[in-house]
Parts: sequence; structure tokens; C-alpha cells
Amino acid sequence: MLTRILSTFGIEFAIALRNRWLSIAVVMMVLFSLVLSVAGSAPSGEFGADRLSLTVASLTSLSVYLMPLMALIISFDAIAGEVERGTLPLYLAYPVSRGELLIGKLAAQLVLISIAVCLGYGVAAAVAFWFSGAEAIAGLPALWRLVWTSILLGAVFLSLGQMISSLARRPSGAAGLAIGLWLIAVVLYDLGLLAAIVADDGGAFTTRVFPWLLVANPADALRIYNLAASDAVGAASGLAGAAQSIALWKPLASLLLWVILASGLARLAFGRVKP
Amino acid sequence: MLHISNLTKRYGGQIALDSVDLSIAPGERVALLGHNGAGKSTLMKMVLGLLAPSGGAITVAGHAPGSRAARDLTAYLPENIAFHPALTGREQIRHFLRLRGRPASEADGLLDKVGLADAARQRIGTYSKGMRQRVGLAQALIGRAALMVLDEPTSGLDPVSRREFYALLDDLAANGTAILMSSHALSEVEVRTDRIAILSKGRKVADGSLSALRAAAALPLTVQLRPQPGQAAQLAATFPEARQIGEILTLACAQSDKSEILSRIAARRTLIEDFDFLPPSLDDIYVQISRSAA
Repeated sequence: MLTRILSTFGIEFAIALRNRWLSIAVVMMVLFSLVLSVAGSAPSGEFGADRLSLTVASLTSLSVYLMPLMALIISFDAIAGEVERGTLPLYLAYPVSRGELLIGKLAAQLVLISIAVCLGYGVAAAVAFWFSGAEAIAGLPALWRLVWTSILLGAVFLSLGQMISSLARRPSGAAGLAIGLWLIAVVLYDLGLLAAIVADDGGAFTTRVFPWLLVANPADALRIYNLAASDAVGAASGLAGAAQSIALWKPLASLLLWVILASGLARLAFGRVKP
Repeated sequence: MLHISNLTKRYGGQIALDSVDLSIAPGERVALLGHNGAGKSTLMKMVLGLLAPSGGAITVAGHAPGSRAARDLTAYLPENIAFHPALTGREQIRHFLRLRGRPASEADGLLDKVGLADAARQRIGTYSKGMRQRVGLAQALIGRAALMVLDEPTSGLDPVSRREFYALLDDLAANGTAILMSSHALSEVEVRTDRIAILSKGRKVADGSLSALRAAAALPLTVQLRPQPGQAAQLAATFPEARQIGEILTLACAQSDKSEILSRIAARRTLIEDFDFLPPSLDDIYVQISRSAA
């Protein structure tokens, strides 16, 4: 089993390299990180936070928007592309299970995203150390936390991308669905919650339902977890109060559950694909 | 090795395959013929477990199609085979070897066997159709499968490559591999199959050796007579049933009338410069059987 997964991983990673996915992802992450870390941390003293924590607060928003988008862009072709090229029937005639194929593909895409995140956020850390020296060490745990939770969020949306890819069966359809999912999960969901809070005006929805709905979205869960886990980051973001009203384990549990749920959904959707 | 009984496949109200029986013994080469849409690919996909039958049963050496045991035993060459264009032939074959649990180092030998050793390190995106077909063949040769399912394997191959391909099949069959290959033309499969099964509109309309099919089709031979210079009119008078096309006289001759026609030719040999007996072509036989069943 391991040989088959590793071989699929190797072949998928080679394809991703040749399709320039890795270069595109790395350039995107490094550019955004650089811009945010240079431009977004001038007034560090005012918040009582070190420069790196301040940068992490900005990068958290970057992760919330960019990780799902990048993951979906990388994974939407995973199954639909095989169907369109006509390469799927042969793979399914081999003694390799659909689960092994999916895990191999997911692993390759996850490594790709991890490299991009580590390099991008590594650059941000380097900038913080460059400007403020050893003081930035205080922000390292927060940065590390952001790196691994971003990779978890990437894993969630990679699996969701594979699910979409299986359901759409055509790359063009899958691309449309992926953009739609990104808009709903990352943009419209929050807008909807905001509208509901305004309409509710501090009623039962705001106090009882809203915190759960916020945590239930993996992208929001990443934001809350990172802001709540570090006082400095929370202070820098100005959202410390809101974030810290939710117990820390909840957003983390949500992220982990989403990783499992999304990969299960991807496997289910792939199981329905008839070559 | 392969047993198919009463196999039926329906798509909605349409019947793609209707109660088809077919068995292939180890070492036997069976060609599956039919026009486009006759159900060849559907049958093959069910043998591989890629499609579920609507009725009937399939076993591959006693295993259910698509089970791990059946997939371990079966090699497949899909129609119009495709690979990811960014990979090289060598990378692709090494990957397929590892999926079958075999050492990746066998790849170079396999690519050499199908004549791709020189192009092994080029990306498949740069390959011609015939070269992609050879990569497909190389992967089907991995590990000497007990059952080979080849969907239109010779399309895209030139006549020389086709010969080499059949030589490889002969070698496999001699070692006990059961081979099921499809084609849309009888002339494509040549005489190098042990049995030929013909599908028409989802039903099996013939199953037997080429000579059995030839007899079943009962098509006449064509006789061509070339008269001596200046004797055309006289020859035409003695063969009133013949049609004259240019200088040549052409007439049909049932299998049972061969010797009678031959003695008539012998009696008028002074009028005849040359003559030929042409058997019905393989495609004529195929069309006749498909048509008479419809």
C-alpha cells in the first residue's frame, strides 16, 4: 500500500513541478508575505506587541483568504483532469485503490502548499528580524502556530477541491465550482453572519448560535485560533476580545474535524465517478 | 481464465449488451469484433470491473471482476490511450511497475521491447499516437498478466509495428496468457487469433474460428478472366453470366461451383490469357455476418 501511495505522490509532485504550480504558489506566498510584513508593521509600539506578532496578525488574514484559494486552484483538476485526459480507467484497472490514489495526490499537493507557506512566512519572519532584531523572537511561537494551522486549512480545501473535481468530472466545471466554493466559504459566509448579527441586534442568535457558526467555518476557525492563542497577535488585530470569548480548543477541533470530514467527502465523491 | 455468462448492460431504456456469453481459456487469443457502439468497450469495462453489469455474471480466474485478485491478474490497454503529457515514458512505466508491486528497474527492458528505448526520457506530450500506443503496450506487458484486455490495440500502428505487436501477443499466448482484443475490422485482427466473436447491436452474432466464419458467411468467390487479344467478344459469349469491366470479365462463383467453373475455363484456355479466383475479403465476411444477424 505504501509503495503505491508513495509512487502516486512522486508522480503527482513531478507533474506539479513541471506545471509550475510550485513556483506559482511560492511566488504568490512570498510576494504577499513580503508586502504585508513590510507595509503592515510600522506602528508596532502602539499595541504593546513585537513586530513579528504584528506581522502574524496580518498574515492570519492572508491565510484565511489565500490558503483556500491556492488549495482549490491546485486540486480542482485532480480527478476531472484524469477523466478528461482519459487516464482514469487505466489507473482504476490497476491493483491500486481509489483511496490510495487520493491520498497520494493529496500528499503531493499538501507538500507543495507546505513549501509555499514555509517559504512565504519565513520571508515575513526574516523581515521582522531585519527591522527589529532579537525582539522578534517573541513572535516566533505565533508564527509557527500560523504555519501549521495554515497547512491544515490547506489540507481541508485540497480535499474539498478533490471532491469538487470528482463531482464536476470536467475541469471547466470544476474550476467554476471551486471559485464558487471559495466565494461562499471565505467571503459570503462572513458577510452573512455579519448581516445576521446586525439584524439580531444582540439577541439569542448573537450570543448562542453565532459563536458556533463562526467556529464551524474552517477559515474562520483558523483566524480565531491564531488570534486567541496569542495575546500579542490578538491585541495587534484589535479582535482579541471577540476571539478570546471562544474556548481555544473549539476552533482547533473544528479545523481537525474538517480535515477528516473533507477527505471523507472527497473519497465518497471519487467513489461515485464511473470511468 | 475468463467466463462471461448471460451478460447484460442497460443504460436507462437502451440495451448496450444483451445476454452475451463468452469464455476464454488460458493461452487462447480471442478477437471481439463489432461496429462502433456494438458494445465492445462496454463488455471490456465490465470485465475490468469499471462498470457494473445489469445482469449476468463474469469471473476472472474465479474472482469477481474489479476485485484486488482479479486486477492483479489482468492487464488492460484502453482505446485511444492517454498519459499525462508532462511525464516521460520512462517515468510513467516506472510508476505503473510500482503500482503492480514490481521493481521499477524493469521499465527500461519493457520500453526496449516495444521499441521506445530511444524516446524513453522524452515527455509523452512530444510522442506520436503510435508511440503513445507503444507506452500503453509496455504497461500491459508488465508482469505477464494471466488475462490481457486490449481495446483496439492496433489502431494507430503502422503495418510493421502491427506485425511486431502480434509477435508479442503470440509469445504471451504461448506462455498461457488469455487474450481478449477488440477491433472494428476483421482485416485488422488478421488470422493471428484463435477465435473471433462478433457483436452486433449488443448481441453476440458469431463465435468461432476464421474458417468457421468463412463457411458461415457462405459468400461467393470472384472469378476474373483476361481474354487473349481480340478474343474478348467470343469469351464473353461463352461466359454469358460475366460482367465486362474494361478488358476483364468478372463473375461470381459459389464455393461449391469452383471445379465446374475451373473445367469451363480449361475448355476455353485458348481464349484466355490469364485468370484469378479471389476469395471474399475478411471485411466482406464480417459485413455479411453482421448484416445477416441484424
